[in-house]
Amino acid sequence: MDKQLNGAQIVLQSLQDHGVEHIFGYPGGAVLPIYDEIFQQESIEHILVRHEQGATHAAEGYARSTGKCGVVLVTSGPGATNAVTGLTDALMDSIPMVCITGQVPTHLIGGDAFQEADTVGITRPCTKHNYLVKDVNDLARILHEAFQVATTGRPGPVVVDIPKDIQFALGPYMKPKAVKHKSYQPQIKGDMAAIKQAVELIANAKKPVFYTGGGIINSGPQASQLLRELVQLTGFPITSTLMGLGSYPSADKQWLGMLGMHGTYEANLAMHDCDVMINIGARFDDRITGTLEKFSPNSKKIHVDIDPSSINKNVMVDVAIVGDCAHVLEDMLRVYKSDAVTPDKKALANWWSEIEGWRDRKCLAYKKDAKAIKPQYAVERLYELTKDADTYITTEVGQHQMWAAQYYRFEDPNRWMTSGGLGTMGYGIPAAVGVQVAHPKSLVIDIAGEASVQMTMQEISTAVQYRLPIKIFILNNEYMGMVRQWQELLHGGRYSSSYSEALPDFVKLAEAYGATGIRAETPAELDDAIKRMVDTPGPVIFDCIVTKDENCFPMIPSGAAHNEMLLADSEGLDIEVSDAGKALV
Amino acid sequence: MSAENQIERHTLSVLVDNEAGVLARVIGLFSGRGYNIDSLTVAEVDEQEHMSRITIVTLGTPPIIEQIKAQLGRLVPVHRVVDLTVECDSVERELALVKVTGKGDARVEALRMSEAFRARVVDATPDSFVFEITGNTEKIDAFIGLMKPLGLREVSRTGAAAISRGPEAM
Repeated sequence: MDKQLNGAQIVLQSLQDHGVEHIFGYPGGAVLPIYDEIFQQESIEHILVRHEQGATHAAEGYARSTGKCGVVLVTSGPGATNAVTGLTDALMDSIPMVCITGQVPTHLIGGDAFQEADTVGITRPCTKHNYLVKDVNDLARILHEAFQVATTGRPGPVVVDIPKDIQFALGPYMKPKAVKHKSYQPQIKGDMAAIKQAVELIANAKKPVFYTGGGIINSGPQASQLLRELVQLTGFPITSTLMGLGSYPSADKQWLGMLGMHGTYEANLAMHDCDVMINIGARFDDRITGTLEKFSPNSKKIHVDIDPSSINKNVMVDVAIVGDCAHVLEDMLRVYKSDAVTPDKKALANWWSEIEGWRDRKCLAYKKDAKAIKPQYAVERLYELTKDADTYITTEVGQHQMWAAQYYRFEDPNRWMTSGGLGTMGYGIPAAVGVQVAHPKSLVIDIAGEASVQMTMQEISTAVQYRLPIKIFILNNEYMGMVRQWQELLHGGRYSSSYSEALPDFVKLAEAYGATGIRAETPAELDDAIKRMVDTPGPVIFDCIVTKDENCFPMIPSGAAHNEMLLADSEGLDIEVSDAGKALV
Repeated sequence: MSAENQIERHTLSVLVDNEAGVLARVIGLFSGRGYNIDSLTVAEVDEQEHMSRITIVTLGTPPIIEQIKAQLGRLVPVHRVVDLTVECDSVERELALVKVTGKGDARVEALRMSEAFRARVVDATPDSFVFEITGNTEKIDAFIGLMKPLGLREVSRTGAAAISRGPEAM
């Protein structure tokens, strides 16, 4: 006979059995029984956010910096709808998350009750899977399944919607291992024949490139280790998507920098001109490929992905391997070694000298300014002054995010938290909260823009409450910079609604929240100010006043190819963007 | 036009857990990703295991059809996806109820045609018939086409149900 618990106790017991130590949430009428159980136990700490979107991003930051599942608890109706942005964000970036939502009691469902929303209906397209629990006897099984679905295969968010009467009802509890899903069985091991084919392509490559993504991070630190081994064994160049930064150390000479719309010149040209492309854990996203018709026209493409639907979705590939990155890399390495593959040294040397030529273009160079802080310079200095600390970086979305990706450098996985697929402004502060909860002693910095940061600014209050010393480093150019840049490029410089008017005084705002505010306006004072920020024991809002009209380069304009990049010193911005290109985002 | 851009019609059989919302998941996938549904039928086929079978007739280029199958396959409650158009020989049947109204020659002609198509009369009044016809989609299309000038009033179709030929099951 299984132990009988009430629904709320089943929730807590299940969280404990899945090793959950922190949950991010916000109470409300339909989750009060669960909050009552939280009150009566000590093994799980609840972090009270200021808005449910904040809870989801905090859970994302927590998950991405630890490899564990992020857990969110919100109430019915507005609690659930406020969580939708974060759920979608987690779906796009493959972040493991279990989101428990309260629901009105079963007998009121469908009657437009107070704070009722069709949560499973609303979240169906923005979750990996979701459940409405209609019977307390199913609750334990559903919760265990939710963790399994969220954390295995291609990770993603799972919603469990629990009506209030189910939280009070008595039901059985069984341990997680008693639950096995009937239909959900993701493929972990890659097909050996395909792996051998891939190694053969690698062995004969003359101009190869590794193109890696968030899948390496999701697969765990071991995947990163195996990737490093394979890349170093082959001597091939490697680039990565935004989501994959840190899986390969940026200090290594084989590292080309990030690729894509704001990737480096050398990475994008290597992608364009390569003869063998080895995609591991990336999904040929449109930020990466540019126009598909002109994407890497002469290469054989290998694609390793745990999600079968990623294969041949945007780009047709020659060798497809469905499986977990670490498992596939391990098998690839074994085959590579047992076949005693020796890369074509001469061809590789030629390829590298071509790449060195592109590197010499120094695409990330920018004009320094003695009086005003350039945003690139701010990130460079931030990097120099924090690189030796145990640092985690989150970002908002926009120009500052790209500058962070370009000028901050990552040597290890799980150090870089950003909203890639969905591009959610407001991600950075709550994500930093989540990261800091997981790593209380580390230095956690949100590289932000003054526009994005205002979308979830209230979470600084969460940081103050829980003594989370996050640092919010705002590159303040008084513009929604990326919007402004596109308006300059595509809309005749008509800056429609992209000026950040009526900005708050961020230093005073920090003080109002009980945090510390620091401002830097000149390059001369920047270093000292950053050091002060790092040395401040509590949360800091750093208002870094930067030049207003800086554009983010390099850039592949919409509808263009990898070899049609704009560089900072290109002749103005008067390039022709086709109408088809203008229609793209 | 290359084969890759040619629009094809495929019949997919999808075995799913018969749980709340599973049909909404499948339909939402098609509408959310802009795929076509030509017809869709669903019913529980294994009461003990709570399994339903969804038959979807869809249109798309070969790469799109491959995407549809992969996307269906990754839905959590989906057990199997079989493309009956390419993976095996299959039988496809659809049932339609066709209401035809009229008097005189048209009425006689409608009844005569229904016999030729082996349709059954399931309801009759002095001014109307309801025919039940079973067959593949083309046959039903043809029958409905013939009924148009003879007083076709309304049609209710089930959409295609399909199964592979031979002893193998999905």
